[in-house]
Amino acid sequence: MNGKNDKWGFHTEKSNLITLDSNDRSLVNILAEQVPSLNSCFFCGSCGATCTASDDGMNFRLVHLLLRRGELQTVNKIIRSCLLCGKCTLVCPRNVDTRAVIYNLKILIHELH
Amino acid sequence: MSVNPKKRVAVVGAGVAGIAAAVALKRAGVDADVYEKESGPGGHLTRWHALFPGRENAATVLQGFLNEVKENRLDIRTGTLVTDIRKENGLFRVTTGSGECSEYGAVLLANGFRLFDAARKEEYGYGIYPRVITSPDLEKRMEDPATGLLIHNQAPKKVAFVHCVGSRDAKVGNRYCSKVCCISGVKQAIAVREQYPSCEVMNFYMDLRMFGSGFEELYQEAQEKYGINFIRGRVSEAAPTLDGSIQVKAEDTLLGCPLKVTVDWLILLVGMEPGIPGSLHDSLGLERDDAGFAGCRNKFLLPGYSSVDGLFLAGACAGPATIPDSVNQGRAAALSAIHYLNGKV
Amino acid sequence: MNFTEHPAFVFPFVVGMLFIFIYLPVIYVTWLRKNSLADFKTILRSIFTTNTLKAVREIFSECLLHRRIFRYNIRLGYMHMSLAFGWFLLIVVGKIETMVFTHDGFNPPYLPVFFKYFYPSGIPDTFKGRFFLMIMDLLLILVLSGLFLAFLKRFRSRVLGMKRTTKHIFPDRIALTFLWFIFPLRWFAESVTAGIAGSGGFFTLGSGRALASFLPLEDLLLPSWWAYSIVLGGFFFALPFSRYMHIFTEVVLIFLKYWNLATPERQNAYADFEINACSRCGICTNVCQLSADAGITHSQAVYFLRDLRYGTPERPVLENCFLCGRCSQACPVEIGIDQLRIAGRKRMMNAIAPAAEMRPVVSANGEKVDVLYFAGCMSHLTPGIIDATREILTRAGIRFSVLDDREEVCCGRPARQAGFADQARSIIARTTALINRSGASLLLVTCPICYKVFNEEYDLPIPVEHHTVFLNRLMTERPSLFRKSSLRMSYHDPCDLGRGSGIYEQPRSIIRRTGVLVSAAHEREDALCCGGSLANLAITPRQRTLVTDSAYQMLTAGNPDYVVTSCPLCKKTFAAGKREIPVADIAEIARMMLQPEEILHPEKAGEAELESEGQEICQ
Ligand SMILES: Cc1cc2nc3c(=O)[nH]c(=O)nc-3n(C[C@H](O)[C@H](O)[C@H](O)COP(=O)(O)OP(=O)(O)OC[C@H]3O[C@@H](n4cnc5c(N)ncnc54)[C@H](O)[C@@H]3O)c2cc1C
Ligand code: SF4
Ligand code: SF4
Ligand code: SF4
Ligand code: SF4
Ligand code: SF4
Ligand code: SF4
Repeated sequence: MNGKNDKWGFHTEKSNLITLDSNDRSLVNILAEQVPSLNSCFFCGSCGATCTASDDGMNFRLVHLLLRRGELQTVNKIIRSCLLCGKCTLVCPRNVDTRAVIYNLKILIHELH
Repeated sequence: MSVNPKKRVAVVGAGVAGIAAAVALKRAGVDADVYEKESGPGGHLTRWHALFPGRENAATVLQGFLNEVKENRLDIRTGTLVTDIRKENGLFRVTTGSGECSEYGAVLLANGFRLFDAARKEEYGYGIYPRVITSPDLEKRMEDPATGLLIHNQAPKKVAFVHCVGSRDAKVGNRYCSKVCCISGVKQAIAVREQYPSCEVMNFYMDLRMFGSGFEELYQEAQEKYGINFIRGRVSEAAPTLDGSIQVKAEDTLLGCPLKVTVDWLILLVGMEPGIPGSLHDSLGLERDDAGFAGCRNKFLLPGYSSVDGLFLAGACAGPATIPDSVNQGRAAALSAIHYLNGKV
Repeated sequence: MNFTEHPAFVFPFVVGMLFIFIYLPVIYVTWLRKNSLADFKTILRSIFTTNTLKAVREIFSECLLHRRIFRYNIRLGYMHMSLAFGWFLLIVVGKIETMVFTHDGFNPPYLPVFFKYFYPSGIPDTFKGRFFLMIMDLLLILVLSGLFLAFLKRFRSRVLGMKRTTKHIFPDRIALTFLWFIFPLRWFAESVTAGIAGSGGFFTLGSGRALASFLPLEDLLLPSWWAYSIVLGGFFFALPFSRYMHIFTEVVLIFLKYWNLATPERQNAYADFEINACSRCGICTNVCQLSADAGITHSQAVYFLRDLRYGTPERPVLENCFLCGRCSQACPVEIGIDQLRIAGRKRMMNAIAPAAEMRPVVSANGEKVDVLYFAGCMSHLTPGIIDATREILTRAGIRFSVLDDREEVCCGRPARQAGFADQARSIIARTTALINRSGASLLLVTCPICYKVFNEEYDLPIPVEHHTVFLNRLMTERPSLFRKSSLRMSYHDPCDLGRGSGIYEQPRSIIRRTGVLVSAAHEREDALCCGGSLANLAITPRQRTLVTDSAYQMLTAGNPDYVVTSCPLCKKTFAAGKREIPVADIAEIARMMLQPEEILHPEKAGEAELESEGQEICQ
């Protein structure tokens, strides 16, 4: 993961290892500043379970975790299928404003490009 | 009734905590009146079939408590609902549903918990689909093998348990963990497998909280001996299928994939909710903790001491507790009440 | 005095007026040029109809009398009316007075404005003269009284029934300062003049005499008229850059409205006129639950429109809104605020969320049905609604299928509200294909969000009906299917069903047929938002709860047995947390009130029991 462009998924071969020492994990902090409830997520999976676009690969929990680990390659592709229907927000037991997170993430990625 | 009210204790609730407390008081020679709104003592224990962690027969354990009641000649005022407690001039005045009033030097609150009303989690379909039941419903069904989980006299093929129903859920306003439902779920999963060896059993969990002695071992036994499937993911919703079975949606969070499975029964492991009525706060100044259970003055030095001088707490009214927890707390609270009556707080 | 010699003090006024009369047409033409050819054709088609007359009537009742503000609050209405209508009459009557006096319509424009300077005693010694003196003084009093209220509103808004006033920007402050001085200075100048001349209307002469007792009137004569002229001219210069732009813009807007233009989602002239026709009266902030309950005071319609007028609204302003429609409903100028906001979001967001690749349509269910039921994604979290609807349909013997019982289908509205227009279009295309496969003759929906988007954005071959309408029809056609009870129910109008789709009566009729309707403080057009709206992209969960709790409190004030609504999202939102009084969907109420099977079909009575296996333990 070197150039900025590699960050969002035009990279195919990658080691399976998560190297927290070098991964860029700053994005999740920006997001959590915009939507503070993000920090309450305990990765229960309800959002991914209920998701209207789950068959298309959308999974909020996974996206959140990938951001936390700095594994950004697939994030943009995954959130593209989100319909912003808001169902995930309605089931979240920790009251994470999941829909707002995805919305802000889309804008953030757009701005970073 | 000739005893000085200042030397008497009212025990509210004859669940295991209340019984243990009353027995301890009696043995120490302190006069205690036990109020119980139901027709008999035992509290929630009367509703269980087998107990964790050793799957002891609940009826036998209950009988043990009832024997203690009898041996100590406890006077339990069954069918008597306590509606109000007030404190005036150092004396507690306990009022019952029929309007009767009695005075006591101290009160021991052991009114337990309320089961979470699973219908409030509408997405699980409790009260809508007949094949969605709660853990207490299952206990009751298991008492009678002729009903059990049979469907048209056939053994069920797939059963799923949902952990944390009504607990750890901001959407229903309960952020706390109910503590007993994980191990109950494991215990019940084993019971189902034992009863119906061909039935596949799945437990959907977020975390498995096996904190008590023997709990982890039971969990391991469930895996090794009974082949229970533990799936890490919270169920988001349930829907019926044409034949009345239930389709469950969850995420397998360890794989990161959405998961669907159709089961014959969906069993909701409901948690505990505080049984303390808000009115006690107004009439007595009884403080509650964030979760709504009766709060104690100091978690380390004074557990069991409520915010009201002379009012002591035991059992699940002060927070999720197991039966041994409740019994211990009952005895400890009895001792605290005796000290209080003797002026040695 | 001969008015052909223009005294120097008239110039600030004259220059200001000239400025306005040149600036406004120029800017209006610039806006109108944004119209497409089709827009102009639309205008042409309506311009020579009675609509134009209707527009004139509305201009009179709204721009001058401010009837809608009166309806909202009498004192506020009086304030606006006395300023607008009073000023208008001062101009008109002043003009007539001048014409009557000079017998000439073509007097210089400043003459009516400064008439008293030139003719302190008006038209001397006639009845006409005394009449005009009195009328002009009365009008001045009218305007001054409105001004006094405006003053009061700024500092003690509650007196005028406003919980808060709008925050002003710099050009507003300048214009406002000028405006506040115009009429006191006119009064002062006229009083000084009357005091010196010893004649005039009852009010100005009276005050003139009083002033004479302690002021050197002669020295103040010219300075006072100078001051009056300067504030007038200054006000005209500040006007186009301030909220007062609305005065003239609203007039044009009303014409355009009657000529059948509407709030567009792309920019056309109508939007510009709307944006500039906002008087910043603040009624929108006053009805907005964000400010009332959640302490959010930066994003209401008035601020959004203001930012839109001077540039591009920032994200926090664009995003923090339920699109509940309460402000559009209350806005006296009838600005299509929600559409403008969606348009604003779209401009910002479309680049971010391109059209989505959707899964192809697979499930095609061959059996022939009459009704295709679309539950919508939210209803899957409130299965009680789906279950009740199914049962009612079954009991009514209607052949139906459920479009989304196997897979999740989205109607596309949430994406649209967020401004993701292209993505919404791809969602809509896919869902349209799914619906078209069914061959049903009616699409039944239980979600107002879906209902609205089906009506507005879909091109479907079959009619769409919300279950409130459907059930009400069923109850009319088959009254014996249902029974009445003594249940007391309050009704919550979902935003997209009530204000959004104009359906208020059918749900109430269902409640009246099955129980007792308990009225609530805010109902129908004035109904509150439940706080769950997906359209708000910036509110925090905690702030949402504040809005929800206060709406729930309002609905339960009459202590009903149920709070009834007809939207899965409203139901879910209200039911969260611990609620004393249960929240139910209208379908669940209707199901509860189904006549028991054995009464309708005694021969079938036995069968029902078999189905309820396991039921007794659940309940
Ligand atoms: C599904 C489930 C399974 C469980 N299984 C086990 C298990 O296997 N092993 C184990 O150790 N623990 C188990 N527990 C926990 C166990 O039930 C509790 O620890 C125990 O019931 C707590 O006892 P208690 O006396 O504090 O309260 P309770 O059992 O709730 O008793 C309180 C009593 O007070 C009475 N009361 C309440 N209010 C009033 C009033 N106002 N006036 C008069 N009387 C009143 C009630 O009627 C009741 O009889 C389980 C819990 C659940 C939810
Ligand atoms: S439902 Fe909420 S807590 Fe659970 S994984 Fe999703 S965001 Fe996190
Ligand atoms: S908002 Fe997006 S992530 Fe959430 S349920 Fe809808 S499609 Fe899935
Ligand atoms: S004990 Fe287990 S099931 Fe119960 S609330 Fe805690 S984590 Fe959930
Ligand atoms: S052993 Fe300790 S750390 Fe491990 S599960 Fe038990 S309590 Fe948690
Ligand atoms: S949007 Fe309408 S209600 Fe709000 S300030 Fe402008 S004119 Fe008044
Ligand atoms: S649409 Fe509703 S939330 Fe948005 S500004 Fe208007 S009143 Fe407030």
